[in-house]
Amino acid sequence: MKKLQSSLKNMLLVLTSICVIATAILAYVNQLTTGPIAQAKTVALKTAIAEVVPGFDNNPAAEVKTVTLTIEGKELTFKVYPASKENKSIGAAVESVTLGFGGDLRVLVGFDPEGNILNYSILETSETPGLGSRASMWFQKGAKGSIIGDSPKDTPFTVSKDGGQVEAITASTITSRAFLKAVNQAYMAYTDKETSQTTTQN
Amino acid sequence: MNNFKTLMNGVVTENPTFVLLLGMCPTLGTTSSALNGFSMGIATLFVLVCSNVVISSIKNIIPDMVRIPAFVVVIASFVSLLQMIMQAYTPALYSSLGIFIPLIVVNCILLGRAEAFAAKNKVIPSLFDGLGMGLGFTMALTILGAVRELIGTGKIFSVSLYPEQYGMLLFVLAPGAFIALGYLIAVVNKIKGKA
Repeated sequence: MKKLQSSLKNMLLVLTSICVIATAILAYVNQLTTGPIAQAKTVALKTAIAEVVPGFDNNPAAEVKTVTLTIEGKELTFKVYPASKENKSIGAAVESVTLGFGGDLRVLVGFDPEGNILNYSILETSETPGLGSRASMWFQKGAKGSIIGDSPKDTPFTVSKDGGQVEAITASTITSRAFLKAVNQAYMAYTDKETSQTTTQN
Repeated sequence: MNNFKTLMNGVVTENPTFVLLLGMCPTLGTTSSALNGFSMGIATLFVLVCSNVVISSIKNIIPDMVRIPAFVVVIASFVSLLQMIMQAYTPALYSSLGIFIPLIVVNCILLGRAEAFAAKNKVIPSLFDGLGMGLGFTMALTILGAVRELIGTGKIFSVSLYPEQYGMLLFVLAPGAFIALGYLIAVVNKIKGKA
């Protein structure tokens, strides 16, 4: 087959048809994968909730509450997943988003009824692989920057560089700051939910 | 040139990372660990094989003056496809590679092979060229990732070989990527010089 001439008509025709075919294929695959992607996300969320507030027997993902707070002049929305066992609250998992080093850092933090941190899980991260991405291990129990069992009740968490008590991830101070900010904000959202609940009960 | 020779050409003689020095951005960016380097290599291999095959089969209907935009559309489509499929079926791998998946589009190995090989050769040799180049790239990224992970954190594929506090953090960071790559290229040149 002979090569097509580079006439205007040919060029327009070929480029347009290539784009149309590519779009059609992508649209089809997008439709095909939307379901599994959403499913993978729900599964990831459910496992994350089970990880950060273990031992519940309700369905926290279904009982989600949204909490809107004004922090530093900005309105932020948080998702609070209440966990209960035999109708007694055993805490909640709070989803909180801050801007990390490479983009949004979405963290799920589990609190017990006293507001102490049970565990945390990172849902979405664009941090540098091998550096900031180590946040998923760094703040765990027994690790260098452990925050498990503590509460940002009296003093919000800050990295030691800023005069705080938590050791930052080596070479990833920005990620550490973003992570701790997310945890602090999650706590604010959690306590706000607690107070609003008690007012309705009274 | 037979197909086997084309394949080995990409893996050894014209290894995209160690010999052609193409695609340096993902090479330096993703090789902070052996597993990341390997996954990035496999993802690139997939796109490379698909785009090479498609481009070589439609090369005759693409007018010369618009061939670059046409190639880019084909490559970008495969990358988007890969991104959606990974997000749906391997979410863990997708989240660990993050931003580097969409950046495969701008990897110059892809456009380079499309332009230098697929646009001039038949479908089957193009398939082998993509396979060879992809394997060469995967191998290079895995080796580089393993070296950096070992020196930086004392692990290979997350298996600990010596305590992490003795690791040189520099090698996980960007300068370590350049240093390690430089030494690896020197070693490859030495070996090739003897052969």
